[in-house]
Amino acid sequence: MSQQTRTPADAIPQPLLDVRGIDTFYGAIQALRGVSLHVSRGEIVTLIGANGAGKTTLLGSIFGNPRASVGSVSFDGEDITTLATHRIAPRGIALVPEGRHIFPAMTVEENLVMGTIPVGEAHLDEDRAQMFELFPRLQERRNQRAGTLSGGEQQMLAIARALMSRPQLILLDEPSLGLAPLVVRRIFEVLREIASLGKTIFLVEQNANHALKLADRAYVLVNGEIRLQGSGRELLADPEVRKAYLGGH
Amino acid sequence: MDWHILAQQLVNGLTLGSIYGLIAIGYTMVYGIIGMINFAHGDVYMVSAYLTAIAIAVLTGFGIDSAPFAIVITLALTMFITGVYGWSIERVAYRPLRGSTRLAPLISAIGISLVLQNYVQLSQGAKPQGVPTLVSGTVRLGTETNFVQMTYIQILIVVVSFAAMAALTWIIRSTSLGRQCRATQQDRKMAAILGIDTDRIISTVFVIGAAMAAIAGVLVTLNYGSFDFFIGFVTGIKAFTAAVLGGIGSLPGAMLGGILLGLFESLFSGFVNTDYKDVFSFALLVLVLIFRPSGLLGRPEVEKV
Repeated sequence: MSQQTRTPADAIPQPLLDVRGIDTFYGAIQALRGVSLHVSRGEIVTLIGANGAGKTTLLGSIFGNPRASVGSVSFDGEDITTLATHRIAPRGIALVPEGRHIFPAMTVEENLVMGTIPVGEAHLDEDRAQMFELFPRLQERRNQRAGTLSGGEQQMLAIARALMSRPQLILLDEPSLGLAPLVVRRIFEVLREIASLGKTIFLVEQNANHALKLADRAYVLVNGEIRLQGSGRELLADPEVRKAYLGGH
Repeated sequence: MDWHILAQQLVNGLTLGSIYGLIAIGYTMVYGIIGMINFAHGDVYMVSAYLTAIAIAVLTGFGIDSAPFAIVITLALTMFITGVYGWSIERVAYRPLRGSTRLAPLISAIGISLVLQNYVQLSQGAKPQGVPTLVSGTVRLGTETNFVQMTYIQILIVVVSFAAMAALTWIIRSTSLGRQCRATQQDRKMAAILGIDTDRIISTVFVIGAAMAAIAGVLVTLNYGSFDFFIGFVTGIKAFTAAVLGGIGSLPGAMLGGILLGLFESLFSGFVNTDYKDVFSFALLVLVLIFRPSGLLGRPEVEKV
């Protein structure tokens, strides 16, 4: 794949995730219109937008479900637009989906093991120990059915499961949705810790305040189109963003 | 009531129930993973009876007359070829319909059922076929007049069925393949996102279901000796009843449902009436559907959002 030669012009690193002009449809309904964005290695990038703006569809399009009909998605220089969904995770991308989607009838431990599919179980003990350090509650409940966990614990489990695949890029879809303020704060602390481990993070959020404070860069998605982009700080100060997403104060 | 008649009916019921349980596994696993009733499953079982006869004939032709050896080879061959049937049926008749309406694969399954029956009838003839007795002999417990007996074949049926069920339970519960099956069953989209090739897992489930039906086919054929192209229908519906009784989608439920249905049916035959045993079984299905639609070990279906 790498037709690049090492010249000084290549000093600008190629983005880890590069989404270029994608259109995605649900039947006849167009959910994304020419969306382009990129995430560079080591960055925390956030995408904010209202309900129905197409945030979840965008993450789905990275995993080919639903697939973008126009445009391209590249990861680490490789075009993954038409790759089968199950071939995406082994490339080094993990998703923490909206609504968590843990396996409710499996134990906490089994859920963690499910995360290791792309990398095999060679690092299982080491990585599981690390996850239990990051989320002590999961260790306490390791043999409990995941469906019996509280919402916050399930969210922690979904994040831990994603990390078990040792991803380069972790995508999170509204991890703060429906959680108590204290738990939300804890989730954002964890995201900071994960970033400090050298992971690249792409965070989709409605909770613009928290997300913009965390992010290096941010995009605003409105009706399936990227409306604004800039650093987290810039968008936090933008009057339009303040009015639409931060309650105007 | 004579204790030995009761005990004899329990022994017969356990044998019959093991068979129902083995076949019910195919219904319940397929339902669990793709939410469809595979109405061709009974006919896959029927095909395995013919394969048993062919395997035994071939082995006899080679001059193999050691019964244990012949049975093991027959089991292995029949399980393998029946598994190929299961895999092919999913590929040809169900996978192309994935993502269409719920009804489409069901109708496709009925189509496959008719195709298998007619294909076997044409290629093997409409007359009942038979196999020679490989194992004879019985174990008797009790006095000269009051006894319980179990043929060697019945013992073989119970032992092999329970071993197969135990092995499958272990695979589903403790191996990586089993975890991937359960993950695909609980949340197929998420399973794919985590890197599981869900199409391959669905194929595997069809192969497992067919192989379990093949074990039943070999054992029943060794026991009764005769079969025809239509045996898959009633046995299939009975095993389906067992799966519903135990809770469709639940693996232990299918095994429990099979054994209970076998016991009920034998007790009904022994103490009430043999002619109406099928009526009794299906009446049981109706009652289960009315009063406990999720079955004994099933969980109520929750619509996924």
